[in-house]
Amino acid sequence: MIKKDFSILIGGRAGEGSRKAGLIIAKLFAELGYKIFIYDDYQSLIRGGHSFSHLRASDKKVLSHRKKLDFLLGLNEEVIKKHQKKLDKKGIIIHDSMAKKAVEEVKGKPMMENTAIIAIFAKNIGIEWKILEKVLKQEFKKFQKLNLKVAQKAFDKAEILFKIKRLNKKVFPLITGNEALALGAVKAGLKLYLAYPMTPATGILHYLAKNKDKFKVVVSQLENEVGIVNAAVGAAYAGTRTMVGTSGGGFALMTEGFSLAAQSENPLVIVESQRMSPGSGVPTYQAQGDLSFVLSAGHGDIVSFVIAPGDAEESCFWGGKILNLAWKYQTPSILLIDKEISESTFSFDKDILKKINCERPLLWDKKGRYLRYQDTKNGISPMAFPGDKNVISKSNSYEHDEFGLTIEDEENTEKMQNKRLRKFKEMEKEVDRLESVKVYGNKKSKKAIICWGSTKGPAKEAAERLGFKMVQPIILQPFPEKKVKQALKGVKKIALVETNALGQMEKLLNSYGIRIDKKVLKYDARPFLPEEIEKKLSKF
Amino acid sequence: MSDKNIKLETSAQNTWCPGCGNFAILAALKGVVAEMIKKGTPKEEIVLVSGIGCSSKIIDYINLNSFSSLHGRPVISAQGIKMANPKLKVIVFIGDGGCYNEGIAHLIHAAKRNTDLTVLVHNNRNFALTTSQFTATSPKGFKGKSTPQGSIEESFNPLSLMFSLRASFIARGYSMKINHLQDLIKKGAKHKGFSFIEILQPCITFFDTTDFYNQRVYEMKKGDLKSDQEIIKKIKEWDYEDNNSKIPLGIFYQRKRPVYEEELLKK
Repeated sequence: MIKKDFSILIGGRAGEGSRKAGLIIAKLFAELGYKIFIYDDYQSLIRGGHSFSHLRASDKKVLSHRKKLDFLLGLNEEVIKKHQKKLDKKGIIIHDSMAKKAVEEVKGKPMMENTAIIAIFAKNIGIEWKILEKVLKQEFKKFQKLNLKVAQKAFDKAEILFKIKRLNKKVFPLITGNEALALGAVKAGLKLYLAYPMTPATGILHYLAKNKDKFKVVVSQLENEVGIVNAAVGAAYAGTRTMVGTSGGGFALMTEGFSLAAQSENPLVIVESQRMSPGSGVPTYQAQGDLSFVLSAGHGDIVSFVIAPGDAEESCFWGGKILNLAWKYQTPSILLIDKEISESTFSFDKDILKKINCERPLLWDKKGRYLRYQDTKNGISPMAFPGDKNVISKSNSYEHDEFGLTIEDEENTEKMQNKRLRKFKEMEKEVDRLESVKVYGNKKSKKAIICWGSTKGPAKEAAERLGFKMVQPIILQPFPEKKVKQALKGVKKIALVETNALGQMEKLLNSYGIRIDKKVLKYDARPFLPEEIEKKLSKF
Repeated sequence: MSDKNIKLETSAQNTWCPGCGNFAILAALKGVVAEMIKKGTPKEEIVLVSGIGCSSKIIDYINLNSFSSLHGRPVISAQGIKMANPKLKVIVFIGDGGCYNEGIAHLIHAAKRNTDLTVLVHNNRNFALTTSQFTATSPKGFKGKSTPQGSIEESFNPLSLMFSLRASFIARGYSMKINHLQDLIKKGAKHKGFSFIEILQPCITFFDTTDFYNQRVYEMKKGDLKSDQEIIKKIKEWDYEDNNSKIPLGIFYQRKRPVYEEELLKK
């Protein structure tokens, strides 16, 4: 059988270009029709240390890397030492010494070792020179000639170890989860993105800032997260579709404005990309530890949308959908992702964008006097914005009457709470209409894995290999109780898989009477691998 | 449109203490917006932004677009509004507690950016609605409920801070000089860029500084301040402590600077 699933690790010191090399190798595979996943592991430093890209190329859609390595590429010997034990019996090592020679022979720059190592690898797996040349030309605009010279030298010196199969499949572009969700939001009419830098959400800020003219989005970095969220609520009041992005620590600061958005009924979308916490935690590494926090965010009685997509395409779709939902229900909403989604690179099927539109929210019919908080049957009041003709729009953080004036009396306070409660009911109904729960694996199995967010990737693979069912709730608030229970029909044993130490999803499931038989948790700040889940559930 | 046709009143019941300086600020403000509307600013393009505290109740008493933000946040909420729609004429009302304690980072950055806002600081030099505690501009020795033996912190001079940031319009008014105040608000609103207007306002219930101010305030003459040195000298004439120095009122500084949202939205 010809191998169609490759696991490759390339590493070096920060600044040596291992990430770029990993991406180029991925593009070589993509050119041949393979689907890609790249996990990027880097430390919180600028130069030195040890960082690596662990990539997987497969004929099937893959959403996580594998433990065993087919290839280990080191831009220094330390990389080899560190990862050698993961090498498969038939695995191949490419040392930097081979690359170094090629660079020296053509008088290339020391930085170009990564180019040489890519060329050696390409030759080893039987990739043709013209494919390598094409990709390198796309990737190296600076010193292109010299890079190609280095590559040619290294390529000529290396040997062909086997001939990789070219798949007759579509070539998909490679993008990160952060980029995918930004594309979805733009498709749904995003007009303003506000952020304060925080890993792993910063990629959204960089991507939108770089493409602001193309996407027609205004991007602004403000003084702190408290400022970001309050400016966002103000912008929404003035009629602009706005999104903000941060991680757990920044989100903690945003909860004040989150509550303001709930009370004043202004649409707000916060992307919360989790990383290992509490406190500053392990800032450039993975965790799903903010679930309990986001579900209860904001002081007061609040039901917000909390949506946790599991890969780049889902992030794209829900990145757009959540903007539409926030505006439809005039509510704060959270897109809950994590480092593994934000910064990993995926093969991306652009067709998902066709499913996203800019949906028109409920607008004022321009009849009579405008009431910002009109007490409607379903609790949703038509919107109008300052600057609209004949509009006086009074947005209020205090409890208010229908016009928006501050009130304190019991009758009106209860009336307005009831209005918002009816809106929360409508949000619950909306969740039932959406594809809020996904089911994978053996749908007839009596054993099921429940997971959420990025754990979808490795858990799905493990479930398929073990013959289990896998249930992935995507909307976590309002909780799709009916759909989850439907998905669990006939299931006798449930295992919960998530990357946090407390098993936070269990509490949520328990509150809907769903009992967990086994928790498979990982909290070493690294993502789950399919093999790890499979092993832990082999006797389940 | 004549003045009489501009209905600025709302049905909200006013809950300020009788004799509060906020009534004067409200009257001055009404005069300014009535004139703005009369001169052609569409009523729907004016937005009032406030936070929490006595000062912030003002938006309930005027029939115009308004956004009630959180304690300390109106200046940054207002910037969000301007980024969304720079055409809107945005006036911010904030107390000294919100502006100089809770939300000082927002004030500093808004002045630095030169966002086109008019910020009116109702400075009664204490947290009044929470029954009086010291703020950043309460004098040393201020006896509030959290400092029964007197505050041990010295106050700071917000005008010095604004000048160090080159806030593009810096002025001080006094709630008991309503015509002068109205003129300052009018000029501040007309100024394109960040207008900072501090309003000295006695808190007649908890910190009645009426006599103190009446004995010390004076109006600067137009064109008095020619150099940075002269501006700094005037700003520093009174240091917000209980001393015998005079307190100058009027415009300390005004200059043109690129406006943040115009730069941001530039194609």
